[in-house]
Amino acid sequence: MSKLLIEGVSRTFAGVRGGEPVRALRPVELSVSANDFITILGPSGCGKSTLLRIVAGLEAPSTGRVLLDGKAVTRPGPDRGMVFQSYTLFPWLTVAENIGFGLREQGRPERERNEIVASYVDLVGLRGFENHWPKQLSGGMQQRTAIARALANDPAILLLDEPFGALDNQTRGLMQELLLGIWERRKKTVLFVTHDIEEAIFMASRVIVMSARPGRIKSDVPVDLPHPRHYTLKTSPEFSALKAQLTEDIRIEAMRTAQEQSA
Amino acid sequence: MLRPLHPVAPGTRTVLGIAFFVLFVAFWAWITLGGHVNRIFLADPLSMLKDGWRLLTEDRFWLDILITIWRVFGGFVLASIVAVPIGIAMGAWKPVEAFLEPFVSFARYLPASAFIPLLILWAGIGELEKLLVIFVGSVFQIILIIAVKVGATRRDLVEAAYTLGATDNGIVKRVIMPANAPEIAETLRLVLGWAWTYVIVAELIGSSSGIGYMIINSQSRLATGQIIFGIIVIGLIGLLSDFAFKALNRWLYPWSLA
Ligand SMILES: Nc1ncnc2c1ncn2[C@@H]1O[C@H](COP(=O)(O)OP(=O)(O)OP(=O)(O)O)[C@@H](O)[C@H]1O
Ligand SMILES: [Mg+2]
Repeated sequence: MSKLLIEGVSRTFAGVRGGEPVRALRPVELSVSANDFITILGPSGCGKSTLLRIVAGLEAPSTGRVLLDGKAVTRPGPDRGMVFQSYTLFPWLTVAENIGFGLREQGRPERERNEIVASYVDLVGLRGFENHWPKQLSGGMQQRTAIARALANDPAILLLDEPFGALDNQTRGLMQELLLGIWERRKKTVLFVTHDIEEAIFMASRVIVMSARPGRIKSDVPVDLPHPRHYTLKTSPEFSALKAQLTEDIRIEAMRTAQEQSA
Repeated sequence: MLRPLHPVAPGTRTVLGIAFFVLFVAFWAWITLGGHVNRIFLADPLSMLKDGWRLLTEDRFWLDILITIWRVFGGFVLASIVAVPIGIAMGAWKPVEAFLEPFVSFARYLPASAFIPLLILWAGIGELEKLLVIFVGSVFQIILIIAVKVGATRRDLVEAAYTLGATDNGIVKRVIMPANAPEIAETLRLVLGWAWTYVIVAELIGSSSGIGYMIINSQSRLATGQIIFGIIVIGLIGLLSDFAFKALNRWLYPWSLA
């Protein structure tokens, strides 16, 4: 049985000030098995964030439904951890308090909370920064904290919306390895949105390519590269072949977007 | 040399700030001591100080000061206790806002000073009336500003909290309130400044104590030195309480500092 089932999910936004309604997403069908690492790749504006927000329960689909472990998603909940593209740490809480936020909301006792928080602080390499405020951290550290905060709830699925989009290349590479390392050790079902092709292949066990807006799934490419993965993988021939294939797919979609916008 | 938005060195800033006070007092001394205005209408700085000293040592003016401070803080605390929860409720729950916002916006423009005759009828000329003037003057302002601030809470933080399992109740208590606490404190600091204006107006009418009373009393005796001393005392206390409030906010909300 699949862990996550997306059935005919589409989304149309009402037009702004009497304008035409915006179709962000055409009906999407997707079935995700447990412990899969799915990356969703698509040109800007194709509805990736919209799809992820629907899975998170932050947005209602216009049609269709999302099932997690057979249960329909109607509202956000701690079984679906989310890491946003923008920095969303709570500025009034320290790193440790941010990571423990979800546990606290669920009323877990303080002792237990502290233990779990400490283990996630170590997992994302933030020991020594537990008592810093978010604004005292670099962007990469903030996103590591956000990942730890989402993981600390032990969600059934982890949703990431371009979590490394705002980081420089080196940091981004390190973060990819860090997240992948966590996934390899802890096994988790992950939906990871990105528009970076290398990132999509490197992280994924399956890459979903979306078409230009209104988005739908254009192709579904399994990535059978061995684990554990090391950044040197990015220069291997198998990787390059996949990259060439996906680049072509994406290029067609990006061109369609550009044409649409100039038309 | 003067580049737009270019910061000024801290030392220079202090010197410039004090320089204006010096210039101001010098000008005042020049027109009064130099005989350019009639002394009946404007006392010179020296006699102002002399009058002030006499007020404090002989007329027990410090009692008036204390009673005025107590009125300001009493009325202000009352207004805050009522207004902060209502403002948060309006910002957080839109039906509450729809229900109260039109009335509060209207009430905000009712001048507190125009209520004084009515409040005197209702509450007499005792302490309660003074507190009520400040209350009426502050409460609607606080409600409205806080409702707007709370309504503008970062949606992404609220969404993040929901995905972490927060309940609606948890969102209000552990996201909306802490996220806005520094802004709420800043609002209160601002409104406290206005409360000083209301208290003096309240004391000018139907009062037998307080700084405002001393001022209106001095007017009939043409004691302009005393009036000016009273005004300066208000300014100084306002400045001090503002400093204290700022320091308190900095201490309470270190995370919000740039
Ligand atoms: N709340 C909304 N109201 C109206 N239109 C919206 C809303 N949210 C998204 N859209 C539209 O839906 C489309 C898809 O948006 P979405 O944010 O899902 O794109 P995306 O694939 O995540 O893009 P990016 O890679 O730039 O983040 C866009 O055209 C956007 O303008
Ligand atoms: Mg997006």
